[in-house]
Amino acid sequence: MAGSSDPGFDTLALHAGAAPDPATGARAVPIHLSTSFVFDSTDHAAALFNLERSGHVYSRISNPTNAVLEERTAALEGGVGAIATASGQAALHLAIATLAGSGSHIVSSSALYGGSHNLLSYTLPRFGIETTFVPPNDIDAWRAAIRPDTKLLFGETLGNPGLDVLDIPTVSALAHENGLPLLVDSTFTTPYLMRPFEHGADLVYHSATKFLSGHGTVIGGVLVDSGMFDWEAAHAKSGRYAELTQPYAGFHDMVFTEENTVGAFLLRARREGLRDFGACMSPQTAWLILQGIETLSLRMQRHVGNTRKVVEFLSKHAMVGDIAYPELESHAGHALAKRLLPRGCGSVFSFNLKGDRQGGRAFIEALRIFSHLANVGDCRSLVIHPASTTHFRMDDAALAQAGITQGTIRLSIGLEEPEDLIDDLGRALKAAAKAGLQ
Amino acid sequence: MRLTVDGREAYAYTGGKTFDPALPCVVFIHGAMHDQSVLSLESRYFAHHGYGVLALNLPGHGRSAGPALPSAEALADWVVALLAAAGVERCALVGHSMGSLIALETAARLGDRATRLVMVGTAFPMKVSAALLDAGLNQPLRAIDICNVLSHSTLAPKPSNPGPGTWPFGANRALMRRLQSGYGAAGHGNLFHHDFSLCDRYCGAMEAAERVRCPVLFILGDKDAMTPPKGAQALGQVLRAELVRLPVGHALMSEAPNGVVEALRRFLLPPPAAGVPLAAA
Repeated sequence: MAGSSDPGFDTLALHAGAAPDPATGARAVPIHLSTSFVFDSTDHAAALFNLERSGHVYSRISNPTNAVLEERTAALEGGVGAIATASGQAALHLAIATLAGSGSHIVSSSALYGGSHNLLSYTLPRFGIETTFVPPNDIDAWRAAIRPDTKLLFGETLGNPGLDVLDIPTVSALAHENGLPLLVDSTFTTPYLMRPFEHGADLVYHSATKFLSGHGTVIGGVLVDSGMFDWEAAHAKSGRYAELTQPYAGFHDMVFTEENTVGAFLLRARREGLRDFGACMSPQTAWLILQGIETLSLRMQRHVGNTRKVVEFLSKHAMVGDIAYPELESHAGHALAKRLLPRGCGSVFSFNLKGDRQGGRAFIEALRIFSHLANVGDCRSLVIHPASTTHFRMDDAALAQAGITQGTIRLSIGLEEPEDLIDDLGRALKAAAKAGLQ
Repeated sequence: MRLTVDGREAYAYTGGKTFDPALPCVVFIHGAMHDQSVLSLESRYFAHHGYGVLALNLPGHGRSAGPALPSAEALADWVVALLAAAGVERCALVGHSMGSLIALETAARLGDRATRLVMVGTAFPMKVSAALLDAGLNQPLRAIDICNVLSHSTLAPKPSNPGPGTWPFGANRALMRRLQSGYGAAGHGNLFHHDFSLCDRYCGAMEAAERVRCPVLFILGDKDAMTPPKGAQALGQVLRAELVRLPVGHALMSEAPNGVVEALRRFLLPPPAAGVPLAAA
């Protein structure tokens, strides 16, 4: 590389992991729709299977198009590498399954995406993995919840849907004091708004379905490793993480930390989790996410700019109660957000609509530009009522713990003209007010 | 594999197979601010193709106890002692960057007991800019970033090392940061400044080269900004070295993992007759 400084974010977003195709000269990343890749010889085949040479064998394990996405995401996050998965949920599962098994325990923020809450609360206990949920910014609760069998601390950069700002420096310091890694869901913030590794997180994943792809077209996930967690030191201290520090009979008796000092986690995740659970990404999906990433910074700037205008409008409207957006001084995480998220707090937020359930229904149905659906991070603006949809399995106590009421409305602000979005919301709020009078 | 060398614990990765000193042996020696993992593909390949492999952690690096030793000559003495501890009589030596200087000094000491010498990403003199040394002393994290950028020639090496999905810049930075912090935490000081000062000070290559008896291979990167190929010419002539040039930067194993393995394969296979363990000698 010319010069002595790392390439900047936008350069990495366009070039990391991809060069013109040597076979064809194609400048854009080719989509390699091939299940498998030809060996040069029997020796070459054996060497690839035994990690004596680098290359692709079978697209469940690795694929040239997916590799570009993985390397590019790792570059943007400041990690050592990444694994593309079938969804964000698959990325979360892969992270947990690589480190935890029956008899393991996780400490998690209670402010989570409903799907993550389902996995931790209902599904993983069937496989012997328990989770203790704690308020995201109650550090004493985090500390008290850690047990000898704890393998992982977990939270979201901005907790869904109340946008609780995770105090990553403090929680990661606690994790490291106890020889534990911190896993962070960075979907809402993307590496453009925050790079969690710089604040102490050890593992990051994204639902790439959202802002990374950015166009509401594909389902995918990416799991990234910082390479900075010392699994051997943690094992020596507590006996944890034998999965990475002791011979693994399922793959040539490999000791992953011997094989790759900074890539041991990803090596096992790929050679076991991706191989055996099989939640891999389609190369077509990887290509569409790459298309999104190429314009990530431009889109995030516009997402944040539009959101600020919408929040300002809503904050002055008589039908709007609390707004959960950390850029507002009223938000509990305001000071932390100024420190960790100087570029902005994203474009997903919630507010409480005054009035009754009838008013909420009128609000949703009066919207013309906002789409009523279960997603966020689309270039189009979206709306949903969490209590009846994404979080409907949670009882009132759990909803309250997650900062959700029956009147909570979640918006995902897109890239449309902000004046049109404000007009649309104004009309819907008027409809809600009218419904309340009837 | 853990050994005791000069009263201190030393570690060598054996390529995924139990080390057998009766096999022909190849020793891999990493460069500045690295450990055995930068040579894992190469180590595994030869461990599964007839060699006994010792991919070392130099003192103060990774799992080998510190402090680091002060010179390439001292490190070569340490390698010779390690070979004795492992029961190895003869071996091939492969070193990258700073490790290539140590491999050269070791080959000079071993004489006929060195079967092959491979110097990857090498140059002599291996001068380090005053600016980088100063940064290493006063801003080691900044120095790591500079070194990392200078070591790579592309944002898209294909395929990555050790496999697809690895981001070489990030992997190299994380490894150097961990080694730097681990060395400091052990109370030994500044590993970056130690390693790069060692390279900068080293002046014994021509004398060592005169004592090397075995065939020599240089594997150089055409785009190497740390040890440009022209910096290896004079030494290569003295050693009568074969030359393989790859279209990559200083991080050859990272940017051309299969190219390096292939060049080594052509030079080291088939293995020479099995070495004689010291115990049996």
